[in-house]
Amino acid sequence: MANVLIADDEPNILLSLEFLMKKEGHKVFIARDGGEAYELLQHHKPDLLMLDIMMPRMNGLELCKYVKSTDGFQHSKIIILSAKGKEIDIQRGYESGADLYVAKPFSTRDLVAKVNQLLSA
Amino acid sequence: MNSLTIVVCSLLYLGLLFGIAFWAERRERTLVARQKQSLLNNPYIYALSLAVYCTAWTFYGSVGQAATQGINFLSVYIGPTLAAPLWWIVLRKIIRICKIHRITSIADFISARYGKNRGLGILVTVICVAGIIPYISIQLKATAVSFALLSGQSSATHAPSFLTDQAFYMTLLLGAFTILFGTRKLEATERHEGLVTAIAFESLVKLIAFLSVGLYVTFGLFDGPGDIFERASQQPALQASLTFGPGHSSADWFWYTLLSIPAILFLPRQFQVAVVENVEERHLNKAMWLFPLYLFLITLFVLPVAFGGKLWFGNTGLDADGYVLSLPLMTGQKGLALLAYIGGLSAATSMIIVETTALSVMPWLVSRPAWQLKLGNQSSRFVVYTRRLAILTLLLISYGYYRDVSDRFSLVSVGMISFAAVAQFSPAIIGGICWKNGAQAGARLGLIVGTAIWFYTLIVPTLIPVLLPESLLTDGPFGLSFLKPQALFGLNSLTPIAHSVFWSLFFNVGCYVWGSINRPQTALDHNQAILFVDVFQFNRPSENTAIWKGKVSVDALRKLLITFFGPEQSQQTLERFARRNRLIDRQSYADPGLVTFTETMLAGAIGTASARILVSSIAKEDPITVDEIIRILKTSQELMTVNKELERKSNELQQLTQQLSETNERLKQMDQQKDEFLSTITHEIRTPITSIRALTEILHDNDDVDTATRQQFLGTVIKESERLTRLINQVLDLERFESGRMRLHLEPLLLRDVIKDAVEATAQLASEKYVTVQFLANCPPTPVVADRDRLMQVLINLLSNAIKFCEPEKGHIIVRLIVEGATCKVSVCDNGAGIDPALHSLIFEKFYQVQGDHRKPKGSGLGLAITKKIIELHNGSIDVDSQPGHGSVFTFQLPLSTG
Repeated sequence: MANVLIADDEPNILLSLEFLMKKEGHKVFIARDGGEAYELLQHHKPDLLMLDIMMPRMNGLELCKYVKSTDGFQHSKIIILSAKGKEIDIQRGYESGADLYVAKPFSTRDLVAKVNQLLSA
Repeated sequence: MNSLTIVVCSLLYLGLLFGIAFWAERRERTLVARQKQSLLNNPYIYALSLAVYCTAWTFYGSVGQAATQGINFLSVYIGPTLAAPLWWIVLRKIIRICKIHRITSIADFISARYGKNRGLGILVTVICVAGIIPYISIQLKATAVSFALLSGQSSATHAPSFLTDQAFYMTLLLGAFTILFGTRKLEATERHEGLVTAIAFESLVKLIAFLSVGLYVTFGLFDGPGDIFERASQQPALQASLTFGPGHSSADWFWYTLLSIPAILFLPRQFQVAVVENVEERHLNKAMWLFPLYLFLITLFVLPVAFGGKLWFGNTGLDADGYVLSLPLMTGQKGLALLAYIGGLSAATSMIIVETTALSVMPWLVSRPAWQLKLGNQSSRFVVYTRRLAILTLLLISYGYYRDVSDRFSLVSVGMISFAAVAQFSPAIIGGICWKNGAQAGARLGLIVGTAIWFYTLIVPTLIPVLLPESLLTDGPFGLSFLKPQALFGLNSLTPIAHSVFWSLFFNVGCYVWGSINRPQTALDHNQAILFVDVFQFNRPSENTAIWKGKVSVDALRKLLITFFGPEQSQQTLERFARRNRLIDRQSYADPGLVTFTETMLAGAIGTASARILVSSIAKEDPITVDEIIRILKTSQELMTVNKELERKSNELQQLTQQLSETNERLKQMDQQKDEFLSTITHEIRTPITSIRALTEILHDNDDVDTATRQQFLGTVIKESERLTRLINQVLDLERFESGRMRLHLEPLLLRDVIKDAVEATAQLASEKYVTVQFLANCPPTPVVADRDRLMQVLINLLSNAIKFCEPEKGHIIVRLIVEGATCKVSVCDNGAGIDPALHSLIFEKFYQVQGDHRKPKGSGLGLAITKKIIELHNGSIDVDSQPGHGSVFTFQLPLSTG
């Protein structure tokens, strides 16, 4: 069981992600924008962060960079889930320190498999 | 008195004249060497030389005329006196023109003015010769008569053959004398110092002689003028001539006075002394009063002498023309008689010398370029010999005329014939220096017609008993009475001179004006017209060149100059020109300035027209036609137009460039917007699809999901599907607006009701956020013609935007409807986040989305763009007024339905 932080400004996406992660037995924290996610980070030091890129206040890439460059988050894995699917966006995502870049829309089965793979690594 | 004595005295007098002339020329040459002032640079000499106007006609004729017609004789002296003040305007201009263009005769002047036309020069020369021959002949007559009187022969009886006629030898003598002076030098513009000095001297001699006779008659024979007039008034015949009685015609006075005005300027001899021999324009100032004074003095004793003669001789049949001579002779004063004779001789010789010199200068004799080329180096000698021959020929013709015709007329009447001939030049000359449109065709036509009438009305009658039948005068030619030479068109109330002057000048001026107006000027004609009329604006002589086309080598010009002036003078002249114009002598081709200069130099020797022809013959000048001038002008005009066009194009290009860069900037912006939109739109599309996919997969893979969750998931899927549909519809809408395929379904509507419906439709959305929407339903119904669905779309869009940007629970939205004139305004006012004014114009652009602080606004970024398009399609406009933190007011206005 892992602590999972999910940040997205689309409530309906949160709905599905929350259901999937809970079903896998993880503890789930929900953030509806970048700012909220940042605050939750500090308290819960999640093992996995699932971040949207385009969010108000603080975007996913900024959060990603912060996590990867801040002490206490060495264990944290990051998956970026974004509607932006262009090469340049993917590259930027990995440069910011993401462990995985998943373009929306995604297959729930694949996502769950990758999450498990990432957490067991 | 012994004939031999008289002959010796005459010869002595002529010798004295020759001596004076010779002395003057020698003096001139040494003066030039010492760079001192010329003898001619003296207004008194100039004014005296003008007195060449007073010929034997004045000396003998005035007395004759006064004796028969009283004071009528004065008219030809009053004319010049009245006109003298005008010389400063007219004569000065002519002098300036002649100096600049090196014009040496009246024929040259007219030909140069009207396009350097040789034909015109020849025409004027012919008119001059025809007009002047009678005039010269009366000088010969006067000389012969006075000689006869003095030598005691009862009258100048006709010698059976000219070989025994004294007048013939007198003519030859005068010819020789004239040749000696007039043609010594080639270049006519070089002044004849000797000649002019001699003429001035002669003017003094004739004045002194006449005054002496006058004083003798008045105070010697009678007791002063009072005595003479007293006695004359006692004789009824003489009394009548003291007043303007029935015998006098005021028309004659007018015409005689008028005739003498051009005569003083345009008679060839007057032109010679007044214009060609003029050294300084300033001299005119003195001459303007000195010359009238001279006229006054020489006419002062005319009446006393005339009356004295009448009283002394009674009606003895003695010719009154001879009173000046016969009065002293008959009263035993032989010395005084000889002086009077010398005075008359001086009056006659001065006239003959200057007149023939002036006439011989006229250019037609040497104007054939073919001859000149044949003559080659001989031409300068040829020019001189031609002139000499011309002088002799003129005198011999005059002698012939004297023998056959003028013997039968008085001095005055023949003189007036010449005056009338010369008056024909006035329209061409006066018009030529004042009127730029005066054209060659007009001048030629006027001269020909005027002279023809002059010839027909004045010369033909003098030939009548000798060459023509008497019936011509009394019945007219072929019995056509309206063509009677002295009563043309039935005009018989004037004397022959007045009659002729009236008709000839009438037709002359008429033809000149008509021809000038109706016949186009050639380019050269026009060019000369400008140079003449505006002469005071072109101050540098000779180089003020006209348009000159063609090519000529400097060598060719030099050869031409050498032909006429000799190698030394030519070289000097060319060097002077080169120095003045800072030219390098080594150029192989002459520039237009040098060509014009050469032409002007030659013009001084052989006349303007001839010089032009000569230069053209070696220069292979292409004639400049009006077409060419027009073409040149057109080209330059086209160039100007092209320049303007270029400038305009350049400006346009600059504008275009600016527009282009603006457009480019816009395009870039739009491209960026499009990129942003694309990511937004893909985001917007991917987002609902992501939800739909994820939720349906979950439901698909998990049979154990409880009913409530399942319902929630399925409800979300439906909402997201609707969201997708809406998005796609908006994109399609926008596409339709942009391509112009959007059709409105217009119908009469009440705007109030539509707003009410829209508010109701968004009530759910508002209540979810606890935002209040206020619409005052008591506003006017406001009829409009519009597409209801589109209007609803606009209102819902504005309302949902307002709701979207309002804070939950605090939001308050007011919708207002106002009618203003023919338009109505709908405003949607919220107390939400507000919009930065910098973004006001951007928000109506498609794809633009205002980024809020908290939440990304839901929407495609197309709503306002579509709203704007819809309002515009309804002929309305939409606007926003907003400040960040102070809410926003979106206002659109629509035209009211007029129906």
